[in-house]
Amino acid sequence: MVGKATFEEGQVRHFGSHRNLENYRDLIFVLLQRELKVRYKNKLLGYVWSIANPMATALVYFVAFGLILRVQEANYPLFLVAGLFPWQWLANSINSSPNLFVGSGSVIKKVNFPRNIVPLCAILNHMIHFLASVPIIVLLLLLFGESPSWSWFYGFPILLVIQFTMAYGVALGLSAINLFFRDLERLVSIVMNFLFFLTPVLYTIERYPVEYRTLLVAINPAAGLMVNWRQLILEGTMSPLYLLISAIYAVIFFLIGYAIYRKLSWKFAELI
Amino acid sequence: MREPVISFQNVSKTYPLYKDIRGIKNFLFNFPKNIKSIKNDRFEALRDINFEVYRGEKFGIIGRNGAGKSTTLGMMAGVLKPDRGIVTVRGRISPLLALGAGFHPELTGRENIVLNGVLMGLTRREVLSKMDEIIEFSELGEFIERPIRVYSSGMTARLGFSVVAHLDPEILLIDEVLGVGDIRFQQKCLNKMMSFKESGTTMVLVTHSVASVANICDRAMWIENHVVRMIGEPEAVVESYCEAAGVPINLGAVNKAAL
Repeated sequence: MVGKATFEEGQVRHFGSHRNLENYRDLIFVLLQRELKVRYKNKLLGYVWSIANPMATALVYFVAFGLILRVQEANYPLFLVAGLFPWQWLANSINSSPNLFVGSGSVIKKVNFPRNIVPLCAILNHMIHFLASVPIIVLLLLLFGESPSWSWFYGFPILLVIQFTMAYGVALGLSAINLFFRDLERLVSIVMNFLFFLTPVLYTIERYPVEYRTLLVAINPAAGLMVNWRQLILEGTMSPLYLLISAIYAVIFFLIGYAIYRKLSWKFAELI
Repeated sequence: MREPVISFQNVSKTYPLYKDIRGIKNFLFNFPKNIKSIKNDRFEALRDINFEVYRGEKFGIIGRNGAGKSTTLGMMAGVLKPDRGIVTVRGRISPLLALGAGFHPELTGRENIVLNGVLMGLTRREVLSKMDEIIEFSELGEFIERPIRVYSSGMTARLGFSVVAHLDPEILLIDEVLGVGDIRFQQKCLNKMMSFKESGTTMVLVTHSVASVANICDRAMWIENHVVRMIGEPEAVVESYCEAAGVPINLGAVNKAAL
């Protein structure tokens, strides 16, 4: 029934409804505040809850691998925390991303606001929780007779930016695609589970066969990041090659994710 | 003199049915069929629509379920894109959201006012400067400090209307959300809407309540079978619409009953 005489695409032109930068800033602020307020109703208890989850995960792996399987790794609790906390930020971000747009469907259907802010705030939110757990890492360092390095001052920002970019790109893509394929969530959690055990989080990179080590880091987008996080936290250094690999991955993921989002964003209201 | 703030030029909109693509698994198992279905199975919502809404006008849209009213509103709001034709909007759009949309149940009324206002494109400063006015209009009293989840549906609707009405809307889109709230608050909303005329606020009202259209609107449009059937005086449009629906109506009686 739809005529094919004209091929020109439809257009929506809006004048006078442009949001200024202050609105963008406030939008991020308010959405972030919403997440945090709901979570931290009671401030102290809220903080305890937000670090309880990563702590509990670390404890589970310490019991399973440290006490029962007896992994021979010096300061294993510290070692675990240094790998698990950054990993959890990445994993939680990606695992929660398919549902982001579906979850705020009623607003997306009616209001024309920049929807890419939804994943942005979700990733920021997970990042804040990671940062909130850093004092625990410091505490464990001190307990095991070590201390944070000065290199954290530049190392943390670099790794934060790389990981943020990567997680944001993935989240943009996944949250947009999930509107079309609602079972994406299951697939994502399976892939993330695989990735967790294939990435040097519970073990060191030395467990990779030495001749394939660079190759394995090159084909696993998360590996370079996680290796550097632990190296930075425990030894105060980073590997430039792995840094480069993870930065390239971050840019690629961001570009792909943003392209998918741009292509699909006009369809959001149709699908929800 | 009459300046169009919303104009639809030869606007057509179809939706893909997406009936076979509910999941990756499904999609991959029926791949060729699905590719074809995206291209061919489309549902027509609007065909070659033309109309304009002028500044300060109260414009009513009526029509049967599924006629394309909400699609029209969606394109005005800028969340849907037409397949063909051009939609032009001059001014900031403020949609009056359906019950609770854009609110977070765990946040208090006060916090939700900020959230809602910022979503609509204002800055926090602007919202905060209107805060007292909004709270007073909503008549929520001490409930304003309680989380939205304890509100009744009428209270949520009151908060929703109070927010959009006080954020200096330039173009207000209302989709069938007026009937909530008690009769006194409805009257208050009505008065507020009537006062928009002076401030130059344009209002687009989609509703099934023909009495509201006849009472509030300056002009009305009737969409039937995806095309514009009639645009003009609200009374005349409402009368023909009711006649076509097989529900003859006496507008004189309705007017008295509603006011």
